[in-house]
Amino acid sequence: MNQPASAYFIEERHDPNETHTLSVLVQNEPGVLARVIGLFSGRGYNIESLTVSETEAQKHLSRITIVTTGTPMVIEQIKHQLDRMIPVYRVVDMTQTKRSIERELAMVKVRGQGEHRVEALRLADAFRARVIDATTESFVFEITGNTDKINQFIDLMRPLGLVEVSRTGVAAIGRGPEGM
Amino acid sequence: MSDKSHDPNQMTGAAMIVRALIDHGVTDIFGYPGGAVLPIYDEIFQQSEVQHILVRHEQGAGHAAEGYARSTGKPGVALVTSGPGATNMVTPLTDALMDSIPLVCISGQVPTHLIGNDAFQECDTVGITRPCTKHNWLVRDVNDLAKVLHEAFYVATTGRPGPVLVDVPKDVQFATGTYHPPRKSDVHRSYAPRVKGDATQIRKAVSLLANAKRPVIYSGGGVINSGPEATKLLRELVEVTGFPITSTLMGLGAYPASGKNWLGMLGMHGTYEANMTMHDCDVMLCVGARFDDRITGRVDAFSPGSKKIHIDIDPSSINKNIRVDVPIIGDCGNILGDILQVFKAEAKKPDIKAWWQQIAQWRARNSLYYKKSNDVILPQHAIQSLFEATRGRDTYITTEVGQHQMWAAQFFGFEEPHRWMTSGGLGTMGYGLPAAVGVQVAHPDSLVIDIAGDASVQMTIQEMSTAVQYELPIKIFILNNQYMGMVRQWQQLLHGNRLSHSYSEALPDFVKLAEAYGGVGLQVHKPSDLDGAIQEMISVKRPVLFDCRVAALENCFPMIPSGKAHNEMLLPEQANDEATAKAFAGGKALV
Repeated sequence: MNQPASAYFIEERHDPNETHTLSVLVQNEPGVLARVIGLFSGRGYNIESLTVSETEAQKHLSRITIVTTGTPMVIEQIKHQLDRMIPVYRVVDMTQTKRSIERELAMVKVRGQGEHRVEALRLADAFRARVIDATTESFVFEITGNTDKINQFIDLMRPLGLVEVSRTGVAAIGRGPEGM
Repeated sequence: MSDKSHDPNQMTGAAMIVRALIDHGVTDIFGYPGGAVLPIYDEIFQQSEVQHILVRHEQGAGHAAEGYARSTGKPGVALVTSGPGATNMVTPLTDALMDSIPLVCISGQVPTHLIGNDAFQECDTVGITRPCTKHNWLVRDVNDLAKVLHEAFYVATTGRPGPVLVDVPKDVQFATGTYHPPRKSDVHRSYAPRVKGDATQIRKAVSLLANAKRPVIYSGGGVINSGPEATKLLRELVEVTGFPITSTLMGLGAYPASGKNWLGMLGMHGTYEANMTMHDCDVMLCVGARFDDRITGRVDAFSPGSKKIHIDIDPSSINKNIRVDVPIIGDCGNILGDILQVFKAEAKKPDIKAWWQQIAQWRARNSLYYKKSNDVILPQHAIQSLFEATRGRDTYITTEVGQHQMWAAQFFGFEEPHRWMTSGGLGTMGYGLPAAVGVQVAHPDSLVIDIAGDASVQMTIQEMSTAVQYELPIKIFILNNQYMGMVRQWQQLLHGNRLSHSYSEALPDFVKLAEAYGGVGLQVHKPSDLDGAIQEMISVKRPVLFDCRVAALENCFPMIPSGKAHNEMLLPEQANDEATAKAFAGGKALV
């Protein structure tokens, strides 16, 4: 094998990537989001989606949901690296628990007239998307669901005059009576 | 006057900082004044419990604090001003993060109302230092300051130790608020490092150890960080099991170099016997080390046939580079104690005579061999002479980074922990001189030697002035080969001998330089003069620059070449041009 001349290990491993959804409970303090994002960019991890909001104001708790991809070894590293940050309370791999619900909200603007307009409305109805804004030549639909469902809806809207999309990213919660 | 004015806990932010230092047992800090920390310097001026060492560059303050911390086991403290003061701390903070050194840095910041205005000497200190600290804080309210300072000391010194930074705007230093002494509630509830190891995992580990035929213990800096108890227990474990032991660069001294089970350091420039033992073992006990790439070599060929036990306080060290079979998360002292207890109760010393015979064969290869000369000083010989001359003395060694560092690790035998201060993870040239300043401050009567190279030493040479000011008799032992030796070695081995910018052109006259600083300069060229000169260096009670002229083109062996496994080491006698070319065959790559 023709190894490049370096004392570093240059070959990359090519294990298959997995997608995982992580829920991270953090102390809501200045800079906490920057810490989490800095960890991902600094160590070369992927962020597919990120949502964050304060969930318990009195306890100053925020919940961050991160969808990330990586080899199983990298996913394990990400969890450990998050967990050792000082303001992080808990990290739960929602994908690993196999007992989680994931939802995303999207607002989808479609512009068109005539048959396209009718078809967009009909599809929106089938996807249980709501009309939250309308003009004579456009709609804004609000759709909630898992990522696949939203992707599918957006794909269907494309030939019907899709203008733009705003998505919240994934929020996740575990099934059953227990909290994280 | 209100009652509050009589409350002894009412004080300015600047006073709180000094008070917190005293409450945490800090007796020495390293720093450099500037506009944004003047209130703190004013407080320092008016007290005598905390001694302030004025460095010549903030990087020096950081490394001195590291040397202080590494040699005492206590946190090192640095105080710097805003802007350039803080940015100059980035290197030592990163260095301390990589090597898990407890460091508390207090930085001044522009007043809160100017933050974000591009004020004079403003920078986003917490933003810049976020990835190079274990945690950092910007304190916007003087009433949060005491809590943050106490938490900072707690975070720096517990769990996997590391550097922390507290950024204090100037108006917060002036403002008056309420101080409180350290208390439990000062710490984030989310921060709870695990100390005790899992009992089931410990049993699994003992069972592996008890049935091992070809075991090895691989220890690291974590054992030293854990404290004297961990060192004692590690030595006891080696005694009770009879296992061979090797260590990382950071772990030297936890097991004595004169111990009969000692294999020498492992890794890229480790001994042949240590690396072969690692490669062929059937059970590996890794204690407080992290399978760094300089240790493992080629990852997929790293110790292929062994069951691996990994003790580490940081869960993110587990399975990061190498998959292990029995991870145990917790403090290594605590876990070693548990392992010993179970082992003594339930297991017998395994019979590993055949393994030791194998190791003896590897040892016989004498991988640290070098050819002495009567005409020119070999750098290895210089380190050995220094070691012999300091044997039995109360000695602390720091180093810079490069060939001299590896030779020091190979040829200087450490009997005790906390005696060896080196920049392992980050590889910071310029670490050793200021680190020696810090060590000497902590141990004023000990012999403190910085083993240096001619290139590294110039990166922080200005701290000679600090050493002279505080009468710190540090010895800078320069292995002067007029090259950036390790860079040149790689260029020779990996880049077709094209010595691009690795020659130390226009070196200063180190003897005159020493004298210019008010120190003592010594120079030696001939092997026959070496021992006498070293004796003179030791007997001088002033800072010494020792210009030891060594063989210019000597290279550091043994060495694990590019992308190779532990059992493919290049030994010194094989390191002729042809074998070297073969071992490093292939194109070039950016390192």
